[in-house]
Amino acid sequence: MGDHQQRVILAKLGLDGHDRGIKVVARILRDAGMEVIYLGLRQTTASIVAAAEEEDADAIGLSMHNAGHLTLGPKMAEAITAAGLDIPLIIGGIVPDEDVEELMDAGIAAVLGPGASAEEVVATVQNAISARDKA
Amino acid sequence: MTSSISDAATTLFQSAVKGERRSLGKLLTAIERGGDQAEIIAGLAHQVSGNTHVVGITGAPGSGKSTLTGRLLKLFSEAGDKLAVLAVDPSSPLTGGAILGDRIRMDDLAGEESFIRSMATRGHSGGLALAVPAAIQLFDAVGYEPVIIETVGVGQVEVDVAGAADTTVVVVTPGMGDAVQANKAGLLEVADIFVVNKSDRPGASDARRDLELMLDLGHVSGLEQMTGYRPPIIMANSLDGTGADEVLDAIKSHAEFLRSSGKIEIRRKERLVMEIQNRIELLIGSTASVTLESDLGASFVTKVLDRKISPAEAAKSIVASITANE
Ligand SMILES: Nc1nc2c(ncn2[C@@H]2O[C@H](COP(=O)(O)OP(=O)(O)OP(=O)(O)O)[C@@H](O)[C@H]2O)c(=O)[nH]1
Ligand SMILES: [Mg+2]
Repeated sequence: MGDHQQRVILAKLGLDGHDRGIKVVARILRDAGMEVIYLGLRQTTASIVAAAEEEDADAIGLSMHNAGHLTLGPKMAEAITAAGLDIPLIIGGIVPDEDVEELMDAGIAAVLGPGASAEEVVATVQNAISARDKA
Repeated sequence: MTSSISDAATTLFQSAVKGERRSLGKLLTAIERGGDQAEIIAGLAHQVSGNTHVVGITGAPGSGKSTLTGRLLKLFSEAGDKLAVLAVDPSSPLTGGAILGDRIRMDDLAGEESFIRSMATRGHSGGLALAVPAAIQLFDAVGYEPVIIETVGVGQVEVDVAGAADTTVVVVTPGMGDAVQANKAGLLEVADIFVVNKSDRPGASDARRDLELMLDLGHVSGLEQMTGYRPPIIMANSLDGTGADEVLDAIKSHAEFLRSSGKIEIRRKERLVMEIQNRIELLIGSTASVTLESDLGASFVTKVLDRKISPAEAAKSIVASITANE
């Protein structure tokens, strides 16, 4: 998949209005050579799935800061599967350690905390995509 | 060219024609990637395209192109049109990466039936010049009407992309001599409709007057007299939607003008000729306008216009005949 240009959707689900972190992640991924399709705030699972289909995205990144991750994360994963999309969902933001396993069980490919370095962000997204490509 | 590549493309294409948007998404990726598969897809699309109206929306960075496009998406969708938007943004020349943020301003207003695709320029020479027309043909072939292309209006690439449109809307904003800048960038010559966006800001009427003056200078002597068409200037505030309905009407009037004057045929022929030239250039590294004007070249152009062969096939045949004659 060497010459394939990776495309990643970044969005915020629901009413959470913090977009500082997700904008930083957008720049990190762009600087790593990826194309970031930035959807911004107040998205729904349906609008994110539609964008992923139209943009032929390789991954979806959701940023969460309002403690809704345990409901919204699995909901998003479900919507992706229900649409027949086989792409990883990565959640970034404030997620307590004890919730990570539950999210992974619900089909989320990776969780990135607020302390993640640029290298970690890039590696996590790339690994999630290549794990899916091989599967 | 193996048949499995061709089979895969055909299967995806048939599924996209049936309305499967994920297949269309994948076809667009293949077109962007270029190569054999892109050529096969463009060829399939070419056979059944040629009808959709293509609207280019261009202007300086941040002038409000996406916000206006969002408004048009809403109005067209409400009128029952199933339209597609291709939003082109620059890639970073250093990393090849890009942040494509145009959808933010469109998603809320887009109808269920519409399709939005973001495309980065990627700085590949010839890449965008082939990918944009092919994407338009693909949208056309699977039934989107109209197709809107958003591009930033600076530099040659964008003016070239504007050449892919039937109707070009140039967006300017009050202040900062935007109208004068647009003139310098060569946008005035390609404009069919002007929009003074952000007309809620001071200086909007000055911007309008600047444009009127430039139109008086440029068009009285040449274009306007020749064509009988003077680009309208529309004041808009895309934040609240003011003026968007006038832009829609102006697009429809311009489309009607192109049809009734027969100019639409000329524009579309020019566009296909340009596409064949771009493909020849890709094959042999130089343009071949002379060749296209020869009897042989013209006969290939006619075949492409009649949808008997694709622009890529024409380019290959023309190149083959040049090499055979040498
Ligand atoms: N005051 C005012 N602001 C506007 C208007 N239209 C758009 N904006 C704002 O201008 C900014 C840029 O709008 P966009 O629609 O993203 O502009 P664009 O031309 O698509 O930008 P690029 O694609 O980045 O070149 C946003 O903050 C919009 O909310 C308008 O009519 N009035
Ligand atoms: Mg834009």
